[in-house]
Amino acid sequence: MSAPQTLLDRLWSSHEILQRDDGTSLLWVDRHLVHEGSHHAFAKLAARKAHVAEPSLTFAVVDHYAPTRRGRDVAPDIAGMMKTLEDNARAHDLTLYDLDHPAQGIVHVVGPEQGLTLPGLLINCGDSHTSTHGAFGALAFGIGATEVAHVLSTQTVWQRKPDAMRITVDGTLGPGVSAKDIALNWIARLGTSGAQGHAIEYAGSAVRGLSMEGRMTLCNLSIEGGARFGMVAPDAVTLDYIKGRPFAPKGPDWDRAVQLWDGLTSDTAAGFHKDVYFDAAEIAPTVTWGTSPEQAAPVTANLPNDLTQTTTEALEYMGLSPGAPIAGTPVDQVFIGSCTNGRIEDLRAAAAVLSGRRARVPGIVSPGSALVKMQAEQEGLDQIFSNAGLEWVASGCSMCVGMNGDLVAAGKRCASSTNRNFRGRQGRGARTHLMSPAMVAAAAVTGAISDVRPLLEGRAV
Amino acid sequence: MAGWTKHTGTAVLLARDNIDTDQLIPARFMSVPRSEGYGEYLLYDVRRDATGQPERDFPLNRVKGVSVLVAGQNFGSGSSREAAVYALVDAGIRAVIAPGFGDIFAGNAVNNGLLPAQVTPDDWQALRNALSDAPRDLSIDLATLCIQGGDNTIPFQLSENWRTKLIHGWDDIDLTLHHADDIARHRRALHERQPWVFPAPDA
Repeated sequence: MSAPQTLLDRLWSSHEILQRDDGTSLLWVDRHLVHEGSHHAFAKLAARKAHVAEPSLTFAVVDHYAPTRRGRDVAPDIAGMMKTLEDNARAHDLTLYDLDHPAQGIVHVVGPEQGLTLPGLLINCGDSHTSTHGAFGALAFGIGATEVAHVLSTQTVWQRKPDAMRITVDGTLGPGVSAKDIALNWIARLGTSGAQGHAIEYAGSAVRGLSMEGRMTLCNLSIEGGARFGMVAPDAVTLDYIKGRPFAPKGPDWDRAVQLWDGLTSDTAAGFHKDVYFDAAEIAPTVTWGTSPEQAAPVTANLPNDLTQTTTEALEYMGLSPGAPIAGTPVDQVFIGSCTNGRIEDLRAAAAVLSGRRARVPGIVSPGSALVKMQAEQEGLDQIFSNAGLEWVASGCSMCVGMNGDLVAAGKRCASSTNRNFRGRQGRGARTHLMSPAMVAAAAVTGAISDVRPLLEGRAV
Repeated sequence: MAGWTKHTGTAVLLARDNIDTDQLIPARFMSVPRSEGYGEYLLYDVRRDATGQPERDFPLNRVKGVSVLVAGQNFGSGSSREAAVYALVDAGIRAVIAPGFGDIFAGNAVNNGLLPAQVTPDDWQALRNALSDAPRDLSIDLATLCIQGGDNTIPFQLSENWRTKLIHGWDDIDLTLHHADDIARHRRALHERQPWVFPAPDA
């Protein structure tokens, strides 16, 4: 009888072409997603006069620099970044999701929507939030430009197998508490290097109870806790999501695929290098107060009093006083969107709070893709946002990273559904508080960081 | 990329945790072609005031010719942007010594000949004390995995594959192309077993 295996073991061994004496594996890459930021890698390819090994497994998406106010003039450097990707995609015969494509969007939203993301695949992208795709039981991880050039040239990647870690969340999440809160909660507890060197498998009844959108949010944020990989074993929820999508297997292939995907689990007796447990009922809506995702706390908590050099510097940058309550901190603006929280369910959660209410601060809502945008408009969510006074814009990475010019001004405080509260992430001197889309909506309505739960009373969510 | 085994150079202390990739290079500089050089963008907003003038007290602005950084926990956490490594390398940095690194950053560093040397918290504290008043020369040896400064010798951690790669300056693509037959075999078997991995979208 073979030794018990983790999901990681299964995904790893099915992609391992060979292993070097030093323990590094050469892995086959099933899907390679590129974006404007991949220009360094294409330049390396050009310098070697090399071609893309597998154009039909390589997909190009315009997202990082995508203007969210379409039709307006675009700065030459931003237009140049999009054009470089388009030129490279054409030169190498890659499928391109450009601004005119009806399925354009953020690469980590587009992949799953198009059925490019499937259980059992190895997916690479030159972006640290590639772990998002692990929500389908895929081995998905972000790579740097040198590795992107390597995947383009060989359709393989060298990688040392990480240690397996399991985060189990059992029980039921309270109203107004979402996957974002699970993630910020574990990162606050274990720290931003808590999962370094590990691949996380999320398990437990609360994780099983999440939609694919929620699982993607959870896996997306793995890197903020240090893990390059996050994954959830596929189940009926996964299959329901995938079936019928453009690139999903069809007919007899579907049946064969489902049979194979059924085996993508961790054996009960499998051992994990790290194994941690959380009770869903104990997780409150969570917000970050500092400049690292680990500097997060329940919205009902106070800012830290036990000051280290790191917390002092963070509070100073954020313009906050030690020991003060987090709730009630006034915000200047809000942002809803990103690969973390720009999917339809995220927009519905925000709309549930904003419906019939006015935002007291300005803000923008950027759906994760053109398809999410279309669906939201069919459901009338755009009207709820507009009536609340928020700006409904096109899809892209937008204010999460600010590359397209959607920035937060120095000293301004933004309640944001994104993934990084780093210094200067949303613009030089910008102060970012990460939270769920519903919590961002609560901040919009009250003009301050607020517990969303009272605002949901009597509302269908 | 040239390999190396020993390096001696001026080290400065950046005693701050979580120096993430957004601090190492702000996103707005990442559209620049590498050929133009990324050195001037290194820690751009941290080193300069709001008007773009260098902060006189910032260690990297005070000392010229720095090639070793001693930084706090979780250096290079955050995004996969290799431009963070380009900024360091183009500014003349050969090694960063810290108690821990972001996983993707560390891999990117090694791919560009930059050493991410991980030291224990105690040894880091000793280095911090040694550098707290002034920069000093440190010698780094990849053969012995040791850092030497004055009479002190401190070990650092580096996985064997990364050590070999830094010493030889190998290009992974060249190495991988030697395995073309193995790759082709894997591809054929995969195509047979899981044809849906090679998709044809809806017409």
